[in-house]
Amino acid sequence: MKTKRLSVTKNLVLTGVGGQGNVMASRALAGMLVDAGYVVTIGETFGMSQRGGSVMSHLRISPDAVRSPQIPRGGADVIVALEPLEALRVLTVYGNPEVSLLSNSRSIDPIGVITGERDYPSEETIRIAFARLTARYWLFDATAVGLDLGNPVLSNVVMLGALAGTGLLPIDRRMFAKEIRKTGSPGKCALNMKAFDAGFSMIK
Amino acid sequence: MTRLLAPAGSKVLFLGNEAIARGALEAGVSVATAYPGTPSSEVIESLAPAASKRNLYVEWSVNEKVALEVAAAASFAGLRSMAVMKQNGVNVASDFLLHLTASGTRGGLVLVSCEDPGALSSVNEGESRYFAGMLEMPLLEPADFQEAKDMTKWAFELSEAIGNVVMLRSVTRMSHASGNVVCGTLPAKARKAAFEYGGPIMDSQTGPMISTPVVAKHLLRRQKLKAVCALFEKSPFNRYTGPARPDLLLITASACWLYAAEAVHMLGLQKKVGILKLGTTWPLPPRLVSQYLRKARRILIVEEVMAFLEENVKVLAAGNPKLSEDKTFFGKYDGTLPFAGELNPDIVADALVKIFNIRRCGLSSSYQEEARKTAAMLPPREQTFCAGCPHRASFWSIHNAIALDGRGGFVCGDIGCYSMAALTPANGFGTMPTLHSMGSGTGLASGFARLAPFGFKKPVLTVCGDSTFYHAVIPALINARHNRADITFIVLDNQGTAMTGFQPHPGNEMNALRESVPAVDIAAVCRAIGAKVAVCDPFDLSATGSVLTDFLAEKDSLKVLILRQACALSPEKKGKKTFEMKVDESLCLGDACGCNRLCTRIFRCPALVWDRKKKKAAVDEVVCAGCGVCASICPRKAILKSQAASAAASGG
Repeated sequence: MKTKRLSVTKNLVLTGVGGQGNVMASRALAGMLVDAGYVVTIGETFGMSQRGGSVMSHLRISPDAVRSPQIPRGGADVIVALEPLEALRVLTVYGNPEVSLLSNSRSIDPIGVITGERDYPSEETIRIAFARLTARYWLFDATAVGLDLGNPVLSNVVMLGALAGTGLLPIDRRMFAKEIRKTGSPGKCALNMKAFDAGFSMIK
Repeated sequence: MTRLLAPAGSKVLFLGNEAIARGALEAGVSVATAYPGTPSSEVIESLAPAASKRNLYVEWSVNEKVALEVAAAASFAGLRSMAVMKQNGVNVASDFLLHLTASGTRGGLVLVSCEDPGALSSVNEGESRYFAGMLEMPLLEPADFQEAKDMTKWAFELSEAIGNVVMLRSVTRMSHASGNVVCGTLPAKARKAAFEYGGPIMDSQTGPMISTPVVAKHLLRRQKLKAVCALFEKSPFNRYTGPARPDLLLITASACWLYAAEAVHMLGLQKKVGILKLGTTWPLPPRLVSQYLRKARRILIVEEVMAFLEENVKVLAAGNPKLSEDKTFFGKYDGTLPFAGELNPDIVADALVKIFNIRRCGLSSSYQEEARKTAAMLPPREQTFCAGCPHRASFWSIHNAIALDGRGGFVCGDIGCYSMAALTPANGFGTMPTLHSMGSGTGLASGFARLAPFGFKKPVLTVCGDSTFYHAVIPALINARHNRADITFIVLDNQGTAMTGFQPHPGNEMNALRESVPAVDIAAVCRAIGAKVAVCDPFDLSATGSVLTDFLAEKDSLKVLILRQACALSPEKKGKKTFEMKVDESLCLGDACGCNRLCTRIFRCPALVWDRKKKKAAVDEVVCAGCGVCASICPRKAILKSQAASAAASGG
């Protein structure tokens, strides 16, 4: 699916847990959009915030200007989540009735859940919250796809493929292939393309 | 080819720190030094691979003070150089900086300080802008990515024009944000180094590089500021956008400009609010700022963290009754904006809403209520040691040794990932009650250990990382030895500067340029100081525990335990499991065991989870790093480890 050129700034939040490849995914996505002629601003933090904590990248995709590296509250157009609890966390701050959400369904328990002090929301609770807080959402197990391909961290690329499948942003397979060739070895490129295609096909 | 060397005219997506690095290359920088620290590390990381192509010397220095000294030597020899650090690094470098700004410099010397408002990756939100005022050096603050590059390039020219250090201040939301940058040309020829010192004492270009005669050199520095102001008055980095006579003049700098522009746009206040974006924030160009102050009766100053800009604008206004009469200043002192934490577009918008007494259109109350209810049920995601982190195993042994010793021993903490043992006390099993600056754990321990005459009898331990050891611990360790402070000092040696991205340090055999260099051995340094030294693998809980127990019992000596095991995220380990872990459900008794879920409730590994349906422990294979430590902590031996296929194939 090819989306037509954006005329206004689109705001995307990419979120997950440290170590899930959030930064790589945001760079790859931004790289594709810069090549397509957009002015992209990415806001993110890394360093100690990665250590088992929530991570978040804000992408502002503008036809013409640099934007604040932090999206205002309630200002996301698209949220891509590598973990469902983080999808909810971002949704409650940056969500609005028009927002589109793609979320990996594989949970990573926070320490408070592991120790038994807190409960992880059930899948049903998650679905209800997604339905109430988004205009549309997709929830699927991207980690399982990554594991099938040999590495769970590929879930980030699966999500990018799915994002391309939704047509919410002007990105496609050819752009991703070009982007991934800039950084990866040929073997890794082939694996990344498989993950991208698998994600693309998740969107019906 | 590294992206940093993209040809002139190309449009590249650069991290703010990469834009700074590119600007330095376009200025023809010859020497770039730094000590790693978030959010500054990527400047040197991106320069290092470009070094051979650009005839550049890049160094990870032992600490920020030495980094600035190494850069200054290059400047004295006529080369352009830069030293890069995070905000508190400027404090470390400040003693030398005080004297350097007095002696002056020759080749352009830029001090880059990347600061962390809100302490997103710090244990402070220190400000270095005040150093600019205190030491009378020009301060530049880029507000977007293109400017980060262009301003860095200009900073070298400015430094050379006035013969003094120029400070360029970035913040996390600039350094770690990314945006489009159009590249300029890279200069063709590098300079030759030459150091002259035979000229007159007051001639900073040919004479000796010293800060004396102090008063005369200070007056010279004051004079240079006049030249700086003249350049700042005409600087393209200062821009005004908005109506000719705004209802409110908003003065801002740095990433705050992007927040302010967004807030004004969100509220539709473009016809009422004029924004004066300053790139040259100290000394303020008086004519330019006065010109805009005359345009409005109400002025809002937007900045993070302290009110540095606000104070300087007010001082300027106070000097001229026409600029201060009938003016209302909004900012931090009147409470419009907070004195702490980072800003964002919402905080600036809320300030404008208050000043204009307007409403901000937003989400329906029902949506907001639904979002609020959902947020309330979400478990927080606390920072914790990663799966496979050696620090968890180290603190497990430290805790158990202290408990066995029974005299209430405690650990003085230090700066690194292991700071999490203090930030979330459960991560350190409640052993680490102090945390300050790099190296201060050992200094504090040295002090606590001398409190015995006042009735203080607890055993004192302290920890530091391998990179921290070289950075600031050695003097404190010598202090402990020389003054007979009986402490147990533990080096959590994870084989690199792990927290900031595995930059090499003096204990490694490779430097920033990937040259082979001699490693300085921590154990040898400690032995030379006169300490009793042991080395253990922290994953070997029994050996580590036994050394620690012995050390705590041994009186009147300085004891050093080096716990050596590479970080789980290190390039050599990441994604490779040594062991496959699983819980034998027939052995795990769950809640009936009596261990009270020691594995999941206390050990707190993100990969060792509690299966709510089966009511037993379980291993999350996606998160598990295969370190094998949890097999040693289960009293029922229900956690099993087997050699991982990948480890066996590569010989483990």
